[in-house]
Amino acid sequence: MKLSQLKVGGKGIVKEFTDLEMSIKLMEMGCLPGEEISVERVAPLGDPIAINVSGYQLSLRKREASTIILL
Amino acid sequence: MKADIRVALVGNPNTGKSTLFNALTGLNQKIGNFPGVTVDKKTGYSELPDGRNAEIIDLPGTYSLYPKSRDESIVFSVLADRKSTHTPDLVVVILDASNLKRNLLLYTQVADLKIPVIVALNMMDLAKSNGISIDIDAFAKKLGVHVVPICARKLEGIDKLKQAISYANKLALQQNTIDVEAIAPQLIAQIGEEMQVENPYFALQLAHQHEHLSFLSIPESDRIEELEQVHAFHSQKAQATETIARYNYINDLLYDTVHKAESAGGETWSNRIDKVLTHRVFGFIIFFAILMFIFQAIFAWSAYPMDLISNLFVWVEQLVHDYMPAGPLTNLLSDGVLAGLSGVMVFIPQIAILFAFISILEDTGYMARVTFMMDKLMRKVGLNGKSVVPLIGGFACAVPSIMSTRTIENWKDRMITIMVTPLVTCSARLPIYTLLIALVVPNKNVWWIFNMQGLALTAMYVLSLVSAVVVAFVMKFILKGRERGYFIMELPVYRMPRWNNVLLTMYDRSKAFVVQAGKVIIAVSVILWVLASYGPGNRFERIEQKYSQPQYTKTVPEADLKRMVASEKLENSYAGVLGHVMEPAIKPLGFDWKIGIALITSFAAREVFVGTMATIYSVDGDADNIQSVQQKMGNAKNPQTGQPVFTFAVAFSLMMFYAFAMQCASTVATVYRETKDWRWPAAQFAYMTVLAYTISFITYQLLK
Repeated sequence: MKLSQLKVGGKGIVKEFTDLEMSIKLMEMGCLPGEEISVERVAPLGDPIAINVSGYQLSLRKREASTIILL
Repeated sequence: MKADIRVALVGNPNTGKSTLFNALTGLNQKIGNFPGVTVDKKTGYSELPDGRNAEIIDLPGTYSLYPKSRDESIVFSVLADRKSTHTPDLVVVILDASNLKRNLLLYTQVADLKIPVIVALNMMDLAKSNGISIDIDAFAKKLGVHVVPICARKLEGIDKLKQAISYANKLALQQNTIDVEAIAPQLIAQIGEEMQVENPYFALQLAHQHEHLSFLSIPESDRIEELEQVHAFHSQKAQATETIARYNYINDLLYDTVHKAESAGGETWSNRIDKVLTHRVFGFIIFFAILMFIFQAIFAWSAYPMDLISNLFVWVEQLVHDYMPAGPLTNLLSDGVLAGLSGVMVFIPQIAILFAFISILEDTGYMARVTFMMDKLMRKVGLNGKSVVPLIGGFACAVPSIMSTRTIENWKDRMITIMVTPLVTCSARLPIYTLLIALVVPNKNVWWIFNMQGLALTAMYVLSLVSAVVVAFVMKFILKGRERGYFIMELPVYRMPRWNNVLLTMYDRSKAFVVQAGKVIIAVSVILWVLASYGPGNRFERIEQKYSQPQYTKTVPEADLKRMVASEKLENSYAGVLGHVMEPAIKPLGFDWKIGIALITSFAAREVFVGTMATIYSVDGDADNIQSVQQKMGNAKNPQTGQPVFTFAVAFSLMMFYAFAMQCASTVATVYRETKDWRWPAAQFAYMTVLAYTISFITYQLLK
């Protein structure tokens, strides 16, 4: 399942990425394979989303979230 | 000032790096430039306990040594360039104790460069309240560096940090973090050999970043490229491998030294605030309410200090007139330099207030939420969530707004924001609009409550926002983005603003504005003064002679005579001649030579228009005396046709011209300062002038 398909409050563990360039940026921000992610909220217009990862809040666009595959 | 030791501050954004910098240096800081790059260099001095003097360099906040924005690319360059005069002797890495895992990535990268390192562990209080306990001794032992727990906001641990800086070793004693050579063994070995680079991580970074490093020569860079081909080096794959290895190291490290109490559940304060502030409906309402408040405050709070400043200048000008011998030098000083300077200085209160608000919004973490809420909307027109703030600030003044675009990482988004911000109706256009609207729009109510003049003014404001959005949309297709657009952004927890940081920002930005824009303003106003005060040949003498004849001196009161002389002199001055030369070009817009002069004189600043009109229509008093200017302009008749000069068509054509034309030297200077390339302000000036001319032309031709 992709991160972008997760509903608010949903949780998942990062399995892999579908985009190498994006994966480097995400991993630098602490979003690594094996990390638990939960979707905290969605912006009022439906995009971007805010997630909880390695102890802090990160916002990213849905297009970027769709490159993250969850277990 | 001479420094005994040079210290670089490195850390993630939102870790309190600037607070620490301010705590270490106080007001003893300055903003300069790194040679050859467009990034501001913030340096300051700090006295160490042993009496030595440390130069502190505040490097831009970054999550990794691999840069994402132009600001960030400076970090590795400064740390790596061993031959430069900026090379630090010591790096202080500041880590957010409440979020150690992500913060440590940057530490491990810096540590592997084998520059002496000290760790400042900030936000210990926040970590404690989050139930995180850190065994600092074990942590320091594992890293092999000095670790100083601090709380920069409360100024705790600063003295200990200074002590640690003064004790710092000249040798890098930190432990290795990962096996760097394993990432690309042959390539690292060969670069190390050919470039005489001992440090394997430095060699690896050269392989990744060689294209962007100014201290490498082109042959050196080409050679590295060649070696990468030979050894089939894939930069992105290597980066991914490295990052994973680093996090493995970090996880091991934290497992032994940091313990997090199982959170008792329940929501944090920050989350509860977010539920309201980013709410589907209330989120936008609150945002617009805050904007309205800021907008009102900029006008309301700045009125008094602005009056004070302009009165001060009037007083100084009077002093100059009273105590200096009359002559061209005195006139140049008072009417040219001082008048020009007062035009700049008068904006300081607005700039200071706007920046105070912006820094409060940023400090509290609210700005990140605005970006989060607006991103989708702004992206549709080629902008970015972060463009909202400068665009709104543009209602006050484009100058500080353009300075505030630095927070936009994406190069293309930032450039488009800079290019369209001057279209937003700034406070300098307000006197022009009120004057012209009062002249041609009847002061009547329509539909119960709406005043027609007020509606016209509102229409001008709405038009400005619409035009900014349309131009941004067009530029989205013209500008080639060098970077792939993305929006991966930390949402920091809400915090109270740091008030001394707010004050410092106000001071910094106002100073930068006065120094940078001031230079240009003085130059332009001196030139304009000369053009308006001197005429070709002996025209001025003939005017003097004409009005000294008895038919004038006997019949006309002295004050009126003076004004008639001044008015005729202006017509015959270089500026007046220029106005006449311009007339054929601006006639299709409905403008005569007098408006032409005003267009020239108000090149430096739009509000000069009213003053010039006042002089041309020889009115007593100054630009603030709008009522009488309005009457004179209303009575002005075209000598050939006998019709009024300022018709509905001319007034609106003129307003359109000022709405779109880049009549502001301060903005031009600021755009240059922010882009460090004359082509940007030139392109902006060109497109806005073309737009102004075209739209004025259409307006006049349709309405006349």
